[in-house]
Amino acid sequence: MRLEPVANPGLARSLGYPAVALGLTVVVASLLALAAKADPFATLGLILKGAAGSKFALLETLNRATPLIFTGLAVAVAFRAKLWNIGAEAQFYAGALVAVLLGTGALGFLPGFLLIPAMAGAAMLAGALMLLGPVMLKVRLGVDEVVTTLLLNFIMLLFISMLLEGPLKDPMGMGWPKSEPLDRAARLGRIVDGLRLHWGFGLALISAAVVWIIQARTTLGYEIRAVGQNPQAARFAGIPVNLVLVKTALLSGGLAALAGWSEVAGLKGNLTLDISPGFGYTGIIVAMLALLHPGGVVISAIFVAGIFVGADSMSRAAGVPTYIADILLATALLFMVLAILLTRFRVVRG
Amino acid sequence: MADIIDILLSASFWAAAVRIASPLIFATLGELICERAGILNLGIEGIMVLGAFTGWLAVYYGADLWTGVAVAMGAGMLFGLLHATLTVPFGLSQHVVGLGITLLATSVAYFAYRLALPQVTSPPRITPFQPYEIPLLSDIPILGPALFAQTPLTYLAFVLAFAVWFTLYRTPLGLALRAVGENPGAVEAQGLSVTALRMGAVMVGSGFMAVGGAFLTMSAFSSFFFEMVNGRGWICIALVVFGAWKPGKAVLGALLFAGFDALQIRLQQTPLGAEIPYQIFLMIPYILSILALIFMSRRAEVPAALMVPYNRGER
Repeated sequence: MRLEPVANPGLARSLGYPAVALGLTVVVASLLALAAKADPFATLGLILKGAAGSKFALLETLNRATPLIFTGLAVAVAFRAKLWNIGAEAQFYAGALVAVLLGTGALGFLPGFLLIPAMAGAAMLAGALMLLGPVMLKVRLGVDEVVTTLLLNFIMLLFISMLLEGPLKDPMGMGWPKSEPLDRAARLGRIVDGLRLHWGFGLALISAAVVWIIQARTTLGYEIRAVGQNPQAARFAGIPVNLVLVKTALLSGGLAALAGWSEVAGLKGNLTLDISPGFGYTGIIVAMLALLHPGGVVISAIFVAGIFVGADSMSRAAGVPTYIADILLATALLFMVLAILLTRFRVVRG
Repeated sequence: MADIIDILLSASFWAAAVRIASPLIFATLGELICERAGILNLGIEGIMVLGAFTGWLAVYYGADLWTGVAVAMGAGMLFGLLHATLTVPFGLSQHVVGLGITLLATSVAYFAYRLALPQVTSPPRITPFQPYEIPLLSDIPILGPALFAQTPLTYLAFVLAFAVWFTLYRTPLGLALRAVGENPGAVEAQGLSVTALRMGAVMVGSGFMAVGGAFLTMSAFSSFFFEMVNGRGWICIALVVFGAWKPGKAVLGALLFAGFDALQIRLQQTPLGAEIPYQIFLMIPYILSILALIFMSRRAEVPAALMVPYNRGER
């Protein structure tokens, strides 16, 4: 078999294949429920209900989506330039760490309206620096960034663990490895009083808009696309490819770090080793399902968060293991990349 | 310093180094085969988790140990087939598909573990492979216990390394495989199928990765627990680069790496080690992998068609 480009895909083709991909994911979900001896329809219903069945559930989903929007944007920005940043997890923790370092008194002299922007800026800087190392190794020495960013995730987690058992350990923490809580002034408030949704979500939406403007309306956005599509051609056209990659890395690392900062300052209030259940890695799925589009990232982050939140609550009720959520996202991802390909190419025999 | 010399002179250190290297050798060889054929397989981490789980589960349900190894290999090949289908004939991004396979294989293993053992708090154990002392050879001081008193799976790792080297460099199949990672168009012109060669390489390579994972549950430890692969797959990808895509050098790299790992475990127990946070020691393997990549970056002879999909009729 070989692939032949389809000149004019048409609406049926463009929507048909992605719809089939979603349908197949639902079939997989049903099979998994059957394997766990649960009723497939009831299981799917419980996931939906747990994700969006009540005001509380919906807010929980949006809270869970907040870090995913940031990490999804981080991945989308980098992947656009074919910069394979798989290190959003480490950058997340860099941002979370800065939130704790600066939010527990170090910047206590700043008035509130300066404190929070200062923390966010410092967090972005830390995340950006975290990715600067691998990208410099890539452009200077040709070291593959996939492996270096992946390995940095493990190093960063051990580093955080060391700090939480050492200098950052909360003396009032009953022996648990967790940091001191942030000062009240350093915490993000709620968007609406009484509703459990913090300003991190608002900032995530603003970030998505900013990324969209950068991608669609600025020279940098154009350069990032050019570098991603064909670095040789971009270089030939006079685009400073390495500089563009470095700028992309700073943006991407900064966005991922905002996720960590917003989780600490908006939701948890302190730093623990398990503050991220893999938000950095899940950001990759969010970005891919969104076809690397910043607006799509918001939607797919809410979708992905909904599956996780829904699966958690379904698991308590129906007894199907929560890992069903991860399987569904992986199958959705693989089906979807294939479906997108099939909208543009047709399979020919011979 | 005296501590380090004491450690280096103990037979148990060298035995540990070879033991730690074994799963890495399996998985590194698997990745090497894939990359030699032109496919980067980022599914390695998840396929190792799946191999560790399926091999262990088969034995837990009563299969004998070698059947368990075969089950792990089969599971690995199945996910290799999925990876290969998406990346070879369809030519999808090897980064995206690989990471997707890792997530899928890992979560399938965890899901199935929870289904098979719903209410366990401490993971159940199996009787793993036992060390087999090769007569006479195992009596050699230091070298004997290190090399010749290991479990059969460790011996298999070294046999496999030789077999992979022999196949790649001494058989027509190996020549075709290497060519398909360098210049697939030329292979097609010879009347061979690029698709079949690449898919076969990814399947077999993924099978080896799964056996590497199975080593953890069936030889190194006796039970399956979450996070047990813990980045070993990614380290193996670094080892392939460090070994310049050559089986012999990759095995040496794995042994060197495992030597450092065994050393850091022992250093933790010395008076010096007690003063340093243990996390510093645990970071060493990952830092070493990054250093290895930097060290080899100038010299690496990357297969020319690595990560380049091949679509017939495009040229």
